[in-house]
Amino acid sequence: MSYKGVCKEFLDSCDISIGDIILITKNKVEYKGMVLNRATGADDKHLVLKLYNGYNVGVDVTDAKVELLEKGEKPKIELPILDVKNDPDKDDISIISTGGTVASIIDYKTGAVHPAFTADDLLRANPELLELANIKGKAILNILSENMKPEYWIKTARKIVDEVNNGADGVVVAHGTDTMHYTSAALSFILNTPVPIILTGAQRSSDRPSSDAFLNLMASVTAAKSDIAEVLVCMHSTMNDSQTYLHRGTKVRKMHTSRRDTFRSINTQPLASIQNGNLEILDKSIDYTRRSQDEIKIYDALEEDVALIKSYPGISADIIDYYVDKGFKGLVLEGTGLGHCPEELIPALQRANDNEIPVVMTSQCLYGRVNMNVYSTGRKLLDSGVFPVLDMLPETAYVKLVWTLGQTQDLDEVKNIMQTNLKGEIRIKTSQKYFLI
Amino acid sequence: MDYEKLGLKMGLEIHQQLNTNEKLFCPCENSLTDKKPQLKILRYLRPTQSELGKIDRAAFEESRRKLQFIYESYDQHTCLVEADEEPPQPLNLEALEISLIIASLVNMQIVDEFHVMRKQVIDGSNTGGFQRTGLVATNGYLETDYGKVFIENLCLEEDAARRMHEEKGKTNFRLDRLGIPLVEITTDPSIHNPQQVKEVAYQIGQILRSTKVKRGLGTIRQDLNISISDGARVEIKGVQDLDLMPKMVENEVKRQINLLEIKDELQKRDASIDNEIFDVGAVFKDTESKIMSKALSKGGSVLAIKLNGFAGLIGRIIQPDRRFGTELAGYAKKMGVSGIFHTDELSSYGITREEVEAVNKIIKALKGDAFIMVADKDEKKARNALIEVQRRSKTAFRYIPEETRKALDNGSSEYLRPLPTASRMYVETDIPTISISRKYLEQIENNLPELPSEKRNRIIVKHGLSEDLATQLVKNDKVDDFEKLDAIYNLDSPIIASTLAYTIKELKREGLNVDSLDLKVLEKVFSYINENKIPTASITAVLRSVAKNGYSVREAVKKEGLEKLSNEEVETIIDDIISLNNDIIMQRGMAAMGPLMGMVMKSLKGKADGKLVNKLLKDKLIKLID
Repeated sequence: MSYKGVCKEFLDSCDISIGDIILITKNKVEYKGMVLNRATGADDKHLVLKLYNGYNVGVDVTDAKVELLEKGEKPKIELPILDVKNDPDKDDISIISTGGTVASIIDYKTGAVHPAFTADDLLRANPELLELANIKGKAILNILSENMKPEYWIKTARKIVDEVNNGADGVVVAHGTDTMHYTSAALSFILNTPVPIILTGAQRSSDRPSSDAFLNLMASVTAAKSDIAEVLVCMHSTMNDSQTYLHRGTKVRKMHTSRRDTFRSINTQPLASIQNGNLEILDKSIDYTRRSQDEIKIYDALEEDVALIKSYPGISADIIDYYVDKGFKGLVLEGTGLGHCPEELIPALQRANDNEIPVVMTSQCLYGRVNMNVYSTGRKLLDSGVFPVLDMLPETAYVKLVWTLGQTQDLDEVKNIMQTNLKGEIRIKTSQKYFLI
Repeated sequence: MDYEKLGLKMGLEIHQQLNTNEKLFCPCENSLTDKKPQLKILRYLRPTQSELGKIDRAAFEESRRKLQFIYESYDQHTCLVEADEEPPQPLNLEALEISLIIASLVNMQIVDEFHVMRKQVIDGSNTGGFQRTGLVATNGYLETDYGKVFIENLCLEEDAARRMHEEKGKTNFRLDRLGIPLVEITTDPSIHNPQQVKEVAYQIGQILRSTKVKRGLGTIRQDLNISISDGARVEIKGVQDLDLMPKMVENEVKRQINLLEIKDELQKRDASIDNEIFDVGAVFKDTESKIMSKALSKGGSVLAIKLNGFAGLIGRIIQPDRRFGTELAGYAKKMGVSGIFHTDELSSYGITREEVEAVNKIIKALKGDAFIMVADKDEKKARNALIEVQRRSKTAFRYIPEETRKALDNGSSEYLRPLPTASRMYVETDIPTISISRKYLEQIENNLPELPSEKRNRIIVKHGLSEDLATQLVKNDKVDDFEKLDAIYNLDSPIIASTLAYTIKELKREGLNVDSLDLKVLEKVFSYINENKIPTASITAVLRSVAKNGYSVREAVKKEGLEKLSNEEVETIIDDIISLNNDIIMQRGMAAMGPLMGMVMKSLKGKADGKLVNKLLKDKLIKLID
């Protein structure tokens, strides 16, 4: 029970707990209803009651009289019992749930949206998924994606490997949207997959009738059955509930705080779209990795001591020094324009280089390619050992450096790997099409 | 009908839009627009469970339809909040304050802490699949001529999106109305007299008008809750015309009585419904019935169900222009079909006796049984429609279902959806709760607006107006204008009042557009009178000319020749008339005053005040006779 102070005393003194039906009498009014829990952080003098007409009200318990009418059960959300039959003609798709809005429900205890669904709950709420494939659900984490960290990338990757080794024809990862593009990049580098690995989520929680979770999940299962053996993000392509895009895991970014079509491919086109269960390849300029019978491979050594630093007017060299002194093993700069930061940082960056710490330059423009040869600052930065990573997104560069430093500590090799396209994170050519799409 | 004996109980639900500057949960303009939408967004809705783990029956039914919703949105007139692409912003406190004022005016007890809820509505009228609503107050009352009426609840909620049109499973909504603040006032369902319902609706309407609410068509909506002892609670939505309320009640009571009779008859016949659905398409392969062949020509199907023991009852009239079959059709139509064919009206669709016999054979109908058919090009739709008809028919011999119905212009009503349950409510987690302090409430209670009845009594006493004049001013919302004009101009209050209450209305009745007769025009007219430029008798003529010709007041006075004549001019006219009527004066002396006065006034055409004319004429006559 989250009641505190005055309310807790009031309830305790009358031996009332959550779920009980009570009658509260005040000066000129009485309320009859069920005691609900109160959001954490709210004041301690109001008791939350659910009245018979369904409305909740907060009742100030000061000077209130109470009568217990009926002891109640704590209300519980119960979804229909799942009866899954295996159909040998259908593909086997695993859904791995890590939490997030796509798998969340209202927590009546705190009154907030919480990741409380298991993967099975996801299926119960969206039974139509079973028409598309034999679905196996596994919840491995129950976190909001802002709480994601590299060790969870490893956990997720290992779970995927298990599923694929156990015969999954494709894997869907339900994930919070905030950091989905970090995870998609991480899984891209960590895994060499012979089957599709699809990350999906929702911008409207699945406890509301308008949730985007349903379309995203349905399309993700379709994508997981396809022959694109890559790590992809599957989310609404527009504000309509009609089509989703498949974005490459290394070239995608959350670009809007709230819209359903928040995920956008940057410096490339979405790889494919899915509408009414039909997958259509949109980017015909590149070849994607096809589904195969190969073993799934995992390279999950990571170096977590990597920082992503945004440059800005007036940034202090102390910030760079801090990471160097703290023993960080790699830095990614989100520079301005073509890949710059104030000249004053150069001595600190030089020191990082002297300490064998790779410093990678990306651009906070997001769109376009880093080129440090155009202006003198760029050239000076190159001289101090900072190296550019072409049109790679800052977040992807960060994830890739975390992964690369797990594979090798050799500075030249790190630079070589960082500048080589491994999983679609770098495109050689910048097309006029790739801006704000 | 003996309503008392029938145990008639009624309640009223009034929805009134508030005239706030912004919407309830976003800063968008609180107004509708006729501009072409800049974007159309396609969505679907799925029902979810409430926090108590129950699925609402109304939401469940809607979900079976898998309807597509198209939302018309704008770059500036609406924003991402209405489109359900952004979480709501904090509650509009101006709206909360107005609702607190209204609650205080109807003697309600205001909650200590306001919680916003989500009321699940998945008919598409809300992009989120729920309407945001919160309970503001309970336990109020109103005094009426028929006794006290209790006001159960007052809720502050957001208005729904505007339904524009419907086509083949797609419904178009415009987002302009979504989010406009609304108060919902619910009386307790214990009103027994239809006239009292009307009076309560009128009184609440008057009270609302004394606060900051929207005016005009569609800004206030009344729903009626009706039940009789053995019947069911039915909510009739959208009763626009207060005068129609008693008729509406009568028709609903008739409907329930007829349904109860049907129920008794069905029980007597031991009626039942089979769950089987038959394909009878083969019977109509070469049918002459246009409507049937049309449905089949598109590769559609005709399905039928059997209703054991229903013969003759489906065609029974239960409300003006509505049969029991119309009720069943209402349920079927919800699944997207255009209607049903039932045993009692087949001939009107050109279906032959032979075809009826053939259907009877397939479904194994015996004497006393009835059947219902649905023809549609989508077999699944037809099947769903018949499942709904079966569901409704099964209740027919047990009870009258609780329904939400739509008011029709003739005083009847049609089925909309099942009455929603409390299960459709769950908490809106995106909006923090708001504690309402006693101090704030005291402040509101000390500054309540004047109620219409108080206002009326005050102006009668203060300005010496007649009861009728005062009532008219209040009813037409002209009291503020009246008091403003009355304070500026040194004129008899009833003259100003009657201009506002009667003259403008008369001109409107003459068919003139009186929109131009605003406060500015009236000020000008009264200032002319104050300055003695025109007589009071010319007010109507001046206003008529302004409304008719689009003149300014000055132009109207001039063009219509309504300026007051100078005293000398008046005297000249009087002198002329005296000299022409010497005989009468000689014969009758001062008694000639009457006829002469009439002649003078006629010739002055209202360009001088009667008082003045009277005095001048009298003086001249006295002089002459002496």
